[in-house]
Amino acid sequence: MKGIITLTVMNRPGVLNRITNLFSKRSYNIESITVGSSEQPDISRITVVVQVENDKELEQITKQLNKQIDIIKVMNITNQAIVARELALVKVTAATQTRSEIYSLIEPFRGSVVDISKDSLVIQITGEAEKIEAFIELLRPYGIKELTRTGTTAFLRGTQKTQGTAKNFSIV
Amino acid sequence: MQKTALAERKGDALMKSGADILMDSLKKESVEVIFGYPGGAVLPIYDSLYDAGIPHILARHEQGAIHAAEGYARITGKPGVVIATSGPGATNIVTGLADALIDSIPLVVLTGQVATGVIGTDAFQEADVLGITTPITKHNYQVRNPKDFPRIIKEAFYIASSGRPGPVLIDVPKDMAVLAAEVDEDPVVNLPGYQPKLTPNYLQIKKLGEEIAKAKRPLILAGAGVLISKAHEELKTFAEQQHIPVVHTLLGLGGFPANHPLFIGMAGMHGVYAANMALSKCDLLINIGARFDDRLTGNLNHFAPLAAVAHIDIDPVEIGKNVPTQIPIVGDAKEALEMLIEQNSEKAESEEWIKQLHDWNKEFPLKYERVEDRLKPQYVLELLHQETKGEAVITTDVGQHQMWAAQYYGFNKPHAWVTSGGLGTMGFGLPAAIGAQLAKPDAVVASIVGDGGFQMTLQELGVIAELGLPIKIIIINNHALGMVRQWQQTFYNERYSHSLLHSQPSFVKLAEAYGIRAFEIHTEQEAKEKMKEAFALNEPVLLDFRVEQGENVYPMVAPGKGLHEMEGV
Ligand SMILES: Cc1ncc(C[n+]2csc(CCOP(=O)(O)OP(=O)(O)O)c2C)c(N)n1
Ligand SMILES: [Mg+2]
Repeated sequence: MKGIITLTVMNRPGVLNRITNLFSKRSYNIESITVGSSEQPDISRITVVVQVENDKELEQITKQLNKQIDIIKVMNITNQAIVARELALVKVTAATQTRSEIYSLIEPFRGSVVDISKDSLVIQITGEAEKIEAFIELLRPYGIKELTRTGTTAFLRGTQKTQGTAKNFSIV
Repeated sequence: MQKTALAERKGDALMKSGADILMDSLKKESVEVIFGYPGGAVLPIYDSLYDAGIPHILARHEQGAIHAAEGYARITGKPGVVIATSGPGATNIVTGLADALIDSIPLVVLTGQVATGVIGTDAFQEADVLGITTPITKHNYQVRNPKDFPRIIKEAFYIASSGRPGPVLIDVPKDMAVLAAEVDEDPVVNLPGYQPKLTPNYLQIKKLGEEIAKAKRPLILAGAGVLISKAHEELKTFAEQQHIPVVHTLLGLGGFPANHPLFIGMAGMHGVYAANMALSKCDLLINIGARFDDRLTGNLNHFAPLAAVAHIDIDPVEIGKNVPTQIPIVGDAKEALEMLIEQNSEKAESEEWIKQLHDWNKEFPLKYERVEDRLKPQYVLELLHQETKGEAVITTDVGQHQMWAAQYYGFNKPHAWVTSGGLGTMGFGLPAAIGAQLAKPDAVVASIVGDGGFQMTLQELGVIAELGLPIKIIIINNHALGMVRQWQQTFYNERYSHSLLHSQPSFVKLAEAYGIRAFEIHTEQEAKEKMKEAFALNEPVLLDFRVEQGENVYPMVAPGKGLHEMEGV
């Protein structure tokens, strides 16, 4: 199963090293990790998506992270109402014959074309990981020349209706 | 350096070198002794140390320094302090850091580093110490501004000694020790992400009380956490009040008196039969400050199959990590025990159970065969117990002798047992004794080592001789890497691949070269005489006990087996 953990950390040298080190030391699998600044100076926010066997392993990871001195807060938001987003850039082969076909795919996914050359397009798309995967699959037949994904960044929605297990992703 | 608002107000900013500020900060933490070894990158620190008034022990190898600091920390409960130079000095302490982390020993370790301007250029004696030590420290720092020394030192001592103790490393680039900075007299600890939980949840304590009242076969498993939180008195009171027998982990020995009627023995791979059966048959298991290590539990599928498990631990990570736990109690062992004693719930009806455990101990005691004219290692350990009444401070190395020490010494007092449990570090025992003796100058200290492990750090004899530390060095000399030999005998068809030490120096002459008195001992009679003689002398003595090579540590739980399947009972 996939778990999503968000971390609030002191922006100090070596913090990221300590976190990634912990994952390799305990042989946990990171699917993606994103790091960036937060609303407070000196504090960064990190989103980690992990592949785990079960809830127990996810709980262990959460507790291990909590032990780190420079990590202020750890939240396992896997089963919470969250806003989760990822950005991908896809460079796809686009000959004159297929170009308009590709354009018609971009529209419903609310992607945008950010670079055009003679024989290719660079498309930017944001959303949940699943949406991005679906989009990439649609583009694949045209020939993907290059692909880069940022990994998921996420936090809790303003309102948490129930503490249930219902996934509450938005479509956009 | 910029002036702070406070100093500007005073008008006379007090400027000092980073190294001097560092020394002041160490004094503020009441550091009694530093274990270290100088080198280029720490020259400014050593220059400051020259007249700082803090005693420094010059080890003969950085590994010796850090194990000595561990010994000091185990006995005092205070962080051991180490200084090593950059590059090779720092890499030489890696084993000690890993050892201290896994066994929860508080250390504050200072390493030199090349100057900030050349970090990352593969400068002379540069090593990525933060990178190397991240997985084996509780926390680490690199000083980036000399004015941060007071805060970092204060934080380091706090982190090392609070919560679950562990090693903290501070990497000091050479220029940080040289540069002058304004002295921060009153540093503020800034650790919003570190708040160890000390007070247990009352409801969980209550729940445990209810379980005790219901239990017929309750058992306490006491680990090193009891010693670290100095809760041995509370443990005794609690066990007596509730009528609950006690077994120990290897590292927990001494937390409960070995001669107490409720003490069953050490459990685990080489524990006593009764203790392992107690774990296999109990209906309520109360783990206090032990981490359910695999050498204790054996095959987890067979571990405490009938028990409701309560686990008191200051480190929430340990609870439920290996063994499913019904009553998790996060907090300090002493506080938890105080709350349990205060609660004074109905005691367990455990008379029959306790009698059963004692019967097992009578029926299946530790045993070995004495043969005329041969010296058995177990006999040496029993003799040591008699000679020191079970009250000496014992350090060990790793191997068969370590297990025999744990089985046969009989610890009646807390904070008298220094051994490398989690990492199993050969070379630990001798330097650890140096730290232990310095921690307790009046204590009788004996270091029990194997002929293999002794040779890993024997250079520290130099320190023992120089300081005249009256440590009794007891070599259990079986001309073998005995524990390896035992496993090869048992599990590898007696194919003794590189485990027999055919060639050895004369340990007696070696000791004598250092000016240390030494005896070679072959018989029980000699053992009795020389043991007496050695402990009567207020000086270091090395005793080379030539014991039977083929002796094995029993009983034993083979790897993969459950605790109830002991061999050699
Ligand atoms: C640094 C290190 N290297 C290797 C080992 C593996 N090992 C465990 S016990 C042992 C044998 C130790 O021999 P000795 O010191 O003579 O003690 P004995 O078992 O004979 O009592 C070895 C090699 C270890 N624990 N530590
Ligand atoms: Mg040996």
